[in-house]
Amino acid sequence: MLNVQKIREDFPALNQEIYGYPLVYFDNGATTHKPQIVIDTLIHLYSTVNSSVHRGMHQLSIQMTEEYENARSVVQYFINAAKREEIIFTGGTTGSINTIASSFGEAYISEGDEILITAIEHHSNIVPWQLLAERKKATIKVIPMNDRGELILDELDVLMTPQTKILALNHVSNALGTINPVKEIIEKAHERNIPVLVDGAQAIQHDKIDVQDLDCDFYAFSGHKVYGPNGIGVLYGKEEWLEKLPPYQGGGDMVSSVSFDKTTYAELPLKFEAGTANYPAAIGLGKALDYITSIGKETISEYEKTLLEYATEKMSKIDGLKFYGTSKNKISTLSFLMEGIHPSDTGLILDKMGIAVRSGTHCAQPVMTYFGIDGTVRASMVFYNTKEEIDRLYEGLIKVKQMFQ
Amino acid sequence: MTLKETQDEIIEEFRIFDQWMDKYQYLIDISKDLPPLDPKYKTNEYVIEGCQSKVWLYAEMDNDVIRYVADSDAIITKGIIALLVRVLSGRKPDEVKDADLYFIEQIGLRENLSPARANGLLAMIKQMKLYALAFFAKSQ
Repeated sequence: MLNVQKIREDFPALNQEIYGYPLVYFDNGATTHKPQIVIDTLIHLYSTVNSSVHRGMHQLSIQMTEEYENARSVVQYFINAAKREEIIFTGGTTGSINTIASSFGEAYISEGDEILITAIEHHSNIVPWQLLAERKKATIKVIPMNDRGELILDELDVLMTPQTKILALNHVSNALGTINPVKEIIEKAHERNIPVLVDGAQAIQHDKIDVQDLDCDFYAFSGHKVYGPNGIGVLYGKEEWLEKLPPYQGGGDMVSSVSFDKTTYAELPLKFEAGTANYPAAIGLGKALDYITSIGKETISEYEKTLLEYATEKMSKIDGLKFYGTSKNKISTLSFLMEGIHPSDTGLILDKMGIAVRSGTHCAQPVMTYFGIDGTVRASMVFYNTKEEIDRLYEGLIKVKQMFQ
Repeated sequence: MTLKETQDEIIEEFRIFDQWMDKYQYLIDISKDLPPLDPKYKTNEYVIEGCQSKVWLYAEMDNDVIRYVADSDAIITKGIIALLVRVLSGRKPDEVKDADLYFIEQIGLRENLSPARANGLLAMIKQMKLYALAFFAKSQ
């Protein structure tokens, strides 16, 4: 059983007042707060070890390199990657997806090819592929969704053609909270030799991720959405793919030897880590993942399920409130609208009651277009949130309703 | 009433609210006073796109003063628009183009005009002044 009060003590930012009310933080889908251990790690690293990783001959550099490479192993175990070389540190999910869109695109996409994505992607899993398609004169195909916000898999057989060169989809929809059956989809794609990139930005903090079990070719996620520092992300790639792909960016650290005639690249994973890495953030991410492991991924998802059930039931009582994304298979995120009330108005009034939600399109405009709306209000809850906070949201929404009626 | 007098009047009206909620309730109320925008101006040509909400704005000259008409899909934004129209509409272009809109800060609504809000209000003020500048240039 999860002791939420004790957990909340680990997150200093939760303990503050906004406009005189204790903060209710339901914007975890955008970024999560950081446990003290992550904050302390950053302070410690910058106050003491602070030295650039790799190839430094002095003690501090060696120490920092060890910690950085240890963080890579932590990530490897966290997502059960087969090898540590398969873990690339990037700037975030967006950076990870762009790496593949660029490197994979360069080597394997040509005119007339098709890139398959889905109707419920975040812009960061749409635009990099569009840029690639433009460069290579390729086409984007889209797996549609239904009114519950679930992918229509019946269409897969038609959409996957001999021209399909890659499938990119999210594990969990950021705008609706739907958990996609990625394992099943990957299996179908692999039957046709189509590699699959999974955007795990909204999945990594909620469920146990096993990249070998999923058998995905690439998996991307961000540190700041999984209680780690900002500016760090992960790209997992199967070794065979990463070996084959050309480097993404050129620079220091990613080379083996450089001359004006020929440059040879470093071995994995450094081949994809050009420039000075954000090693303090990577180490901080390692600490965040260790923290989650110490609480238990299953304990976390079990508790978050109770939050989702409680919130869904409670908010269903509000007349005129409509949920968007009603799949049975969801993370603890609720996307909704109050009848006749603009989501930004709802968000603004909730803010004045100390309740942080997100309003707008959630960087998923095609999803909003599908529903014929301009945006939603999104309350995304994680394991440090409580039922009492859901009650506060409920009361806040009642107040919003009164004000705008 | 001068530009200053109208702004001071609004500041005075807001002085009675010590709670945030009351301020916002007032904005909701006055949003209803904003005359409805002719649908012909509710098009992409007149839209000021914010990430959060949309604003539509049109202006024309009425003798020597500017008349602004505007709308928004969000009510609180619309309430703030109502205040801006009250302050700037019916004034000469010369006065509007350099207007110091100090009342926004004084009534505690500055954060609603920050770029972070992305509600189109900041761009709307800019657009109101651009209209004034264009009318002013034409009259010279």
